[in-house]
Amino acid sequence: MAGHVDLHGLLTTDPVVATAGAGLLSDALRDQAVVVGEAQWQPPPDGSVDPLVRVMADRRRRDANALALQRMTAAGADLVDVRPAHEVLGLERGTFLHAGPPLEWERASGPMRGALIGAMLFEGMADTPEAAETALAASHVALEPCHHRDAVGPMAGVISPSMWLYELRDEVHDHTSWCSLNEGLGKVLRYGAYGPEVVDRLHWMNSVLGPLLQQAVRAAGPIDIKAIIAQMLQMGDEGHNRNRAGSLMLLRELLPSLITADGSSTDIAEAVRFSGANEHFFLNLGMPACKLSALAAEGIPGSTVVTTMARNGTDFGIRTAGTGDRWFTGPANTPEGLFLGSYGPDDANPDIGDSAITETAGIGGFAMAAAPAIVKFVGGDVPFALRTTRTMYDITVGEHTAYQVPILEFRGTPTAIDVTAVVRTGILPQINTGMAGRVAGTGQVGAGLVTPPAQCFTQALDALADALPTPAAG
Amino acid sequence: MTDHVELRTGVYVDSVSLMQVSRTAAAAPGVDAAQVAMATELNLEVLRGMGFDVPAASPNDLVVALRAADETGVATGRAAVDDALAALRSAGTSAGGFGDAPPPRTLGRAIDAVGANLALVSVPGRHAAVEAFDAIDRGVSVMLFSDNVDVDTEVLLKDAAADRGVLVMGPDCGTAVVGGVALGFANVVSPGRVGLVAASGTGAQQVMALLDAAGVGVSHCLGVGGRDLSSRVAGRSTRQALAALAADEGTDTIVVVSKPPAPEVLADLEAYAAGLGTQVHWATLGAGRPDLTTSVENVLAALGRSVPTWPVWDVPQQPVARGSLRGLFCGGTLADEAMLVAGEELGDGRGDIRSNIPLRPELAVGDDLRADGHVVLDFGDDGLTRGRAHPMIDPSLRLERIHTEATDAGCGVLLLDLVLGHGAHPDPAEELAEAVRSARASAAASGRDLPVVVSLTGTDGDPQGLTRCAEALRSAGAAVFLSNAAATRRAVSLLPTTEEA
Repeated sequence: MAGHVDLHGLLTTDPVVATAGAGLLSDALRDQAVVVGEAQWQPPPDGSVDPLVRVMADRRRRDANALALQRMTAAGADLVDVRPAHEVLGLERGTFLHAGPPLEWERASGPMRGALIGAMLFEGMADTPEAAETALAASHVALEPCHHRDAVGPMAGVISPSMWLYELRDEVHDHTSWCSLNEGLGKVLRYGAYGPEVVDRLHWMNSVLGPLLQQAVRAAGPIDIKAIIAQMLQMGDEGHNRNRAGSLMLLRELLPSLITADGSSTDIAEAVRFSGANEHFFLNLGMPACKLSALAAEGIPGSTVVTTMARNGTDFGIRTAGTGDRWFTGPANTPEGLFLGSYGPDDANPDIGDSAITETAGIGGFAMAAAPAIVKFVGGDVPFALRTTRTMYDITVGEHTAYQVPILEFRGTPTAIDVTAVVRTGILPQINTGMAGRVAGTGQVGAGLVTPPAQCFTQALDALADALPTPAAG
Repeated sequence: MTDHVELRTGVYVDSVSLMQVSRTAAAAPGVDAAQVAMATELNLEVLRGMGFDVPAASPNDLVVALRAADETGVATGRAAVDDALAALRSAGTSAGGFGDAPPPRTLGRAIDAVGANLALVSVPGRHAAVEAFDAIDRGVSVMLFSDNVDVDTEVLLKDAAADRGVLVMGPDCGTAVVGGVALGFANVVSPGRVGLVAASGTGAQQVMALLDAAGVGVSHCLGVGGRDLSSRVAGRSTRQALAALAADEGTDTIVVVSKPPAPEVLADLEAYAAGLGTQVHWATLGAGRPDLTTSVENVLAALGRSVPTWPVWDVPQQPVARGSLRGLFCGGTLADEAMLVAGEELGDGRGDIRSNIPLRPELAVGDDLRADGHVVLDFGDDGLTRGRAHPMIDPSLRLERIHTEATDAGCGVLLLDLVLGHGAHPDPAEELAEAVRSARASAAASGRDLPVVVSLTGTDGDPQGLTRCAEALRSAGAAVFLSNAAATRRAVSLLPTTEEA
């Protein structure tokens, strides 16, 4: 009970009062010319009141969350290499990684099934889609979340042993993360397409693009991905569904060593054309950079910060810093937004992909205010983009030190989602996302906005309450 | 007559605002009665009491109950409710566009937004701790206006606050004055050098009003919550408040105001205060201890000030032939003091005083709040404020009871309190005077004279105006006293000298 007898100067400074509750009491203060900050308070769900009180009372929480935020913002992200999955992840033949929380074939959605079928064909483990499906249904292949190997994959996120991966390092915390190479838009494996053009492209990426990128990265690297993210946010990208500036900056870094790589000029030209034509070329670097940020916050007892948000097309799952590897899942919502061509809402699959790692680390939907043009792609209007970022501050521990939003006076992006704040306010993290077709083999049908199911957060809160140390007697 | 009851989910509005919505709806043409409230057990009980057929509901539902002459009246009432709720919402949301951020949704964000150094929490009790922890975490002292916070949580909050060097004022803390700013229910008093530590809101208001009448000002009044001097809480906040006031250069003398404290806690605190180097007076109520007026007189004597004649706005009153004391209070400590003073005045054998906050457990009234003989009720008690605004804001339950007492031959003398100041009803005297007038009239109609005595706590600086309120009550036939103890003594003096069989 030492120190601060003077209650931080309470009796000698003019009161500035924050209020929650009856508006009449705030009005009475304003009548006395007191500066008042009034919270627009709403009750949390009934069942969460008790765990909320217990978790909020945990003396470790404040410092644990501050540490989580500090680590997330301090984490580095350098692109150091490009290598096949079997080399770096120890991914053995017969095991496929996928996006989101754990999943069995029986519960897998159309696009996830399509991507797994495509991976079977690509790996030569089946000759026809039917044979692939039969083998998958018979559990001849082990399925495992990318996150369980510190990797991330967009949309279906399927990684098979032969696929080439970007390798990123966080030297501050000595962590490594991986992500597949981006295939471009349209009919692609990550959206569940598995036709011949999809598999042919994957083979080309393996035999031509991967090795060329490897040479380029090794010659130019390490490339500071975190610095590119910081810059792209000031150039109208939000890092999830808009990656135009980031992709060009990455290409600028790679081009000199790419064009001098050991390869045929035709191959090099095709690799440059392919990468330059792909507006989401950078997404597969931004994601593992965000994964490194989230990884740095893992395993902090007492912290209520979200370290993973990921979807497998069936379930949405989250994990927290204070509850280790445990997933808290609920049925994935279906995004709402704008559709390509003649596709409509009925064609959209429920939310899918590890790309919500961007929001977990404070960009993507959380940085929408930095990317007003995104509304033309995901729906909504410009004030909505601004409001979204500002609202996310209500559910995050603090602000990113490197990622800033120019239009908000260069305020740091809202970073480190706090489970208690989500449950208290009912405000769910805003995710910008692509939409996969519901039927296997369709590909992308649109892009839009989605939120996690609230139950992920109430379950996580219950587990955080259960994980509290038993109070000392007395 | 047509009844209409509907539940709305996903809408939370605080009880004070809902009271205003109810009033607006009740005033709509063709509407006979309207209650718009959160569906707490207490509020549902009130609705059933009004004869409404109430469906099963959760406390997070909003219930709208209307009684009107016909369907047109119901429709008018519903429209009035919708308009009033919409008006609340638009008042709460700042304009859209690019400039303004959405309003903060948690207390912590509100603290960040304005750089607050003090937090005021008045959300329903079961949710209050979450907001309070949010403030404590940020190194900000909290006034916890909310009641219905359990005592274990109170101890957790106060220990966490002490660790961070901040103060928890509350829970159930109605009154505080910090740096001249009135928080919650507080009177406008002149600045001075007497600091208050108050485990009692209305007790502190009574002391401040008496000091003000004596020309003595106040530096700060730090509330600590009604249970702070109980064995379980053991004076945790009182200790911090005493230390802070002792260290405050603007404070020379400290007065601790409390309902009856746990003796061992009081002894510990007295020992602690003795080492602080600032004179501390103990206006702690209890059997055989001085009442608040006497305590203030002792403080004035220690300050070398003369004791004024405490203001009275009197009317001629005659003792009654039969009937008991009925005290209907909004202030818990004022009710406590009234029971202590009346108990002493009545002496042994003239009847115990039954209450919902009894001096001894065996004197408790049942849930119906009814008893023969002397009764003193506190309408601000936790049990009567679940999902309802405090009676100093929403006097309807007490007004109803005044009406009931008027027709009860067992009611000999009516003793009421009225507390003015910031936070209280903007014009409470008019409504109460009307109730007094009509109570006296209906008693007279049944051949009884019903003397009414009002204990009026306030200052001339208060927005409602002390003198104006006192005159309004006197003209309705009530004798009005600034001193709650004096009011109680008058009321008892009017009772029959022997107990009725």
